Amino acid sequence: MDSQQSSGFVQAIRLGKQVTTSEGPLVILDDINFSVPAGTSVAILGASGSGKTTLLGLLAGLDVASTGRVMINDIDLGELDEDGRALLRAGSVGFVFQNFQLLSGLTALENVMLPLELASDSKPKEVAKDILSRVGLVERLHHYPSQLSGGEQQRCAIARAFAASPEVLFADEPTGNLDLTTGKRIIDLLFELNREQGTTLIMATHDEALAGLCETRLNLQGGRLVQ
Amino acid sequence: MLTFSWRLLWRDWRGGELRILAVALIIAVTAVSAVGFFTDRVDHGLQQQAAELIAADLVVSAAKPVTPAIEQGAKALGLQTAHTIQFRSVAIAGEKPQLVEVKAVSDGYPFRGELRITDAAFTQDRATENIPASHEVWAEPRLLQMLGLSVGDSLQLGAISFTISQLLTYEPDRGGDMFSVAPRVMINLDDIAATQLLGQGALVNYRLLIDGEQAVLDQFRKEIKSLKLVDEKILSVSEARPELRVALERAQQFLGLASIISVLLAGVAIATAARRFARRHFDSAAIYRCFGATQNKIILTFSLEMLWLALIASTVGVALGLLAQAAISQILDKLFLTSLPAPTLQPVIMGYATGVILLLGFAMPPLLALRQVPPLRVLRRDQVPVSTRSWLIYSGVFLSMASLLYWQVHDLKMVVSVMGGMLATISILSLAAYALIRLLATLRQRVGVAWRFGLANIARRQSDSVIQIVAFGLGIMVLLLLSTVRNDLLDGWQKSLPEDAPNHFIINVQTDQVKGIQQFFNEHGVQQPRLHAMVRARLTHINGRRVSSDDYTSDRAKHMITREFNLSPAGNPQADNVIVAGSWWQPTDHGKPLISLEAKLATRLRINLHDNVSFDINGREKVFKISNLREVDWQTFNINFFTVVPPGVLDDDPASWVTSLYLKPEQKSLIAPLVKDYPNVTVIDVEVIMSQVRSIMDRVTLAVEFIFLFSLLAGLAVLFAAIQASQDERRYESAVLRTLGARRSILLRGLFAEFITLGALAGLLAGFAATTLAWILAEQVFHFPYQFNPLIGLAGITTGVLLVGIAGVLGTRSVLSQPPVVTLREGV
Ligand SMILES: Nc1ncnc2c1ncn2[C@@H]1O[C@H](COP(=O)(O)OP(=O)(O)OP(=O)(O)O)[C@@H](O)[C@H]1O
Ligand SMILES: [Mg+2]
Repeated sequence: MDSQQSSGFVQAIRLGKQVTTSEGPLVILDDINFSVPAGTSVAILGASGSGKTTLLGLLAGLDVASTGRVMINDIDLGELDEDGRALLRAGSVGFVFQNFQLLSGLTALENVMLPLELASDSKPKEVAKDILSRVGLVERLHHYPSQLSGGEQQRCAIARAFAASPEVLFADEPTGNLDLTTGKRIIDLLFELNREQGTTLIMATHDEALAGLCETRLNLQGGRLVQ
Repeated sequence: MLTFSWRLLWRDWRGGELRILAVALIIAVTAVSAVGFFTDRVDHGLQQQAAELIAADLVVSAAKPVTPAIEQGAKALGLQTAHTIQFRSVAIAGEKPQLVEVKAVSDGYPFRGELRITDAAFTQDRATENIPASHEVWAEPRLLQMLGLSVGDSLQLGAISFTISQLLTYEPDRGGDMFSVAPRVMINLDDIAATQLLGQGALVNYRLLIDGEQAVLDQFRKEIKSLKLVDEKILSVSEARPELRVALERAQQFLGLASIISVLLAGVAIATAARRFARRHFDSAAIYRCFGATQNKIILTFSLEMLWLALIASTVGVALGLLAQAAISQILDKLFLTSLPAPTLQPVIMGYATGVILLLGFAMPPLLALRQVPPLRVLRRDQVPVSTRSWLIYSGVFLSMASLLYWQVHDLKMVVSVMGGMLATISILSLAAYALIRLLATLRQRVGVAWRFGLANIARRQSDSVIQIVAFGLGIMVLLLLSTVRNDLLDGWQKSLPEDAPNHFIINVQTDQVKGIQQFFNEHGVQQPRLHAMVRARLTHINGRRVSSDDYTSDRAKHMITREFNLSPAGNPQADNVIVAGSWWQPTDHGKPLISLEAKLATRLRINLHDNVSFDINGREKVFKISNLREVDWQTFNINFFTVVPPGVLDDDPASWVTSLYLKPEQKSLIAPLVKDYPNVTVIDVEVIMSQVRSIMDRVTLAVEFIFLFSLLAGLAVLFAAIQASQDERRYESAVLRTLGARRSILLRGLFAEFITLGALAGLLAGFAATTLAWILAEQVFHFPYQFNPLIGLAGITTGVLLVGIAGVLGTRSVLSQPPVVTLREGV
């Protein structure tokens, strides 16, 4: 595929994750293989507990695989140390968490500024304001997460993920906990940004409507990909 | 990065995360810089006023009239000279005797600095170039107050009646109050002979003041060096007033130690607050990691944030320290110097360094954990960083404490012993606190629901409770020691003296006056006192080897070797002396050159039984053989001597006589006629000296107490840090309890129970520790029976209950004011 040349290319090769628990070893993910061309969108579907969040964590380099490899832009995450992966994330990866993970002590604006500040952006405030207005939160810049509704928090989290213009965006259940209309707005927003910035979208969901919009669907069942 | 860390600081401040850290820092920096500013001012005052403090560029000082050749040498070089003579004596106004410090001065005095006088009390004083005219005396204002005199009245000094012509308000070479036992009277040198006050053996300081060009002075110094003077001491500007320096150094160490306690407690508060800060920032750190921050970047960001905080808090602390030092200067007003120069920059640097070292030493170890927060934490909350190794935390704390302490006391040995002492005290207090908490836990079943709730809280947060009890215990203990125990000790010591312990010393008695004075007391119904002769002598050789202060390392020994000894002839030892080596002489030994030495002195000077020691007595060399060593109890007011010789050895040498005796209150009126009959005799009232000492001690204690106030504040910071650390948990619990139907009042009573108990435990511990320390001091150090004072424990408990009870409830009350729904929705 020609898109292999551009950035935002994600690959999982024989990926597996095992943890040891008090009841012995537990296989969470087993032999996962797929590749996502840059600029495309993928939905990872599966029941609760099937391993979606774990998979996203591995792909984003937040966790290390027990077996196999994750490649982002042809860089093997397993060969980087923790700081190396952090630097890669700083340049290329955005993440929208299942439970938003907005910092409660910071306002919406400050939350969105954070990745820009960490990347030593020269005008974090302007960029953050801009992107917050894109997600319709321009009125809520100085509100704390506890003062925002669930949907607003989700939009804020998406704004934060897009703030640093990542090449790949991972979103964990971006529409979970949301009512239909709000969910629809979030989905539109994600794909809009995907189109404009050419961002590769990788989303875990059990929302069929969302999955239907994606170019590729991956089904997880008990930690394995099924057709 | 810099701006980002600034913003973080602001955001965390807004969230209230940093307040305790800042407050604790400010307290510590204030305490340290207050002490720093004060001692620095005195220190600079000493340097700047060095010439003034000896009233000349060069001074020759001696216990006898300065060898005339010296003055001739100075004059030959064209240098200017002046004389002063200083001694203590008893002045009489009407029938009232008063110990005074006489200073007779000649024209030209002072070469440096100026005298200031005034015509009437409480009026503006003025500088003068004059000195008192003949038969006139200038007196310190407090003398007039003491005797009820006013300017124009007469004052009897020795054989002359002087007219008080001026009030002397300032004298450059007087030094601070600490060194002036009695009020000053200044007279003209020409009157001194007529007063007949300078008898044989009187303790007199003769000074030759010299003024001139520096080059000439240097040449003069060289010349007198070649004279190899033994009786004269040369004081120059650089070594002016060593006693002031020593006193300052002591004060510096003492106040420094006091401030270090606040630093330690502030450190505990900071460590507690920093632990919570770190815990609450696990999420932020994880998010930073997700957004690609490297470990180093995270730690650098938080370090910078802390650094900003340290700098800001130190700025506030130093500013407050400047205010606080004004208070110390006020309390210790003129104790060291009569005027102090403006503060300098050095304590400012010290304040900032304290702030930074303290914050980095105590807060960084817990914060280092943030480095290790795995990014995975954003997905799984159970991911916490492996805890920072405790040795790292403790060594950080230990190192920062030790370095700050060293900076305060400049003495490695002291740092080691203080650190050891603190460690031991803290361990013992912690163990005791732990035991008390365990004991309390057993009471839980027997109290009502509110108390059970409170006691359960103490037991559950056991280590926090121990820390709080120890922190407050330390603070209260020190205050108890300083306030009640100090007085108990002084009273106990006075009570331990027999009822009729001597309360007056009579010195400077001449040989031909001994009989008359004994008769005088006999006639007035006072038990005839035993007078002791003493002859001044300078130790020159030990076993034929010339002694010099260079032979000894300790300051005490150096001092002893250069001072004059008083050889006192006695047929029998004083009743309370104990012979520890050799034996006392027999009547057949009288007239033989034997000598008895005080045992500690012998050890210090490395002199053994049967050694030979030579003394220079009035220019003649005499050799004595050590026949015995004695132990002496110096705490009684009996007359005792370091050096005693058999009767008949010194019969030809000029002696002066001393005695001590007990005068009943109504017999004190005898002093005035005695001094009238024998003007050269000086009577010293021990009670007056004691009250003088007490008043100086009171002021010094007040200053130290003031500094310790900061350690109580730091203790409060520890309490609030601990409360804050438990706040989330408390809020959640109380919400749950309230939804289960607990009334607000019950929960409030529970809080009261908790903090009152904590305070009581701290106070109990403090009272116990203070009493133990006082007992050790009394029995082991000062050797008198200690009277236990149950009030100390009571005072400790009351202080603890009030302080901790009120502060604790105030700090936690907000937990109850929030509607439970809010708390439960937010979760923990
Ligand atoms: N470190 C771990 N230790 C033990 N079990 C784990 C660990 N990490 C994940 N699991 C388990 O692995 C399984 C997959 O977890 P994961 O969070 O990936 O599921 P998910 O598909 O995202 O579910 P949901 O839709 O509910 O979010 C779960 O059963 C989880 O309990
Ligand atoms: Mg999940």
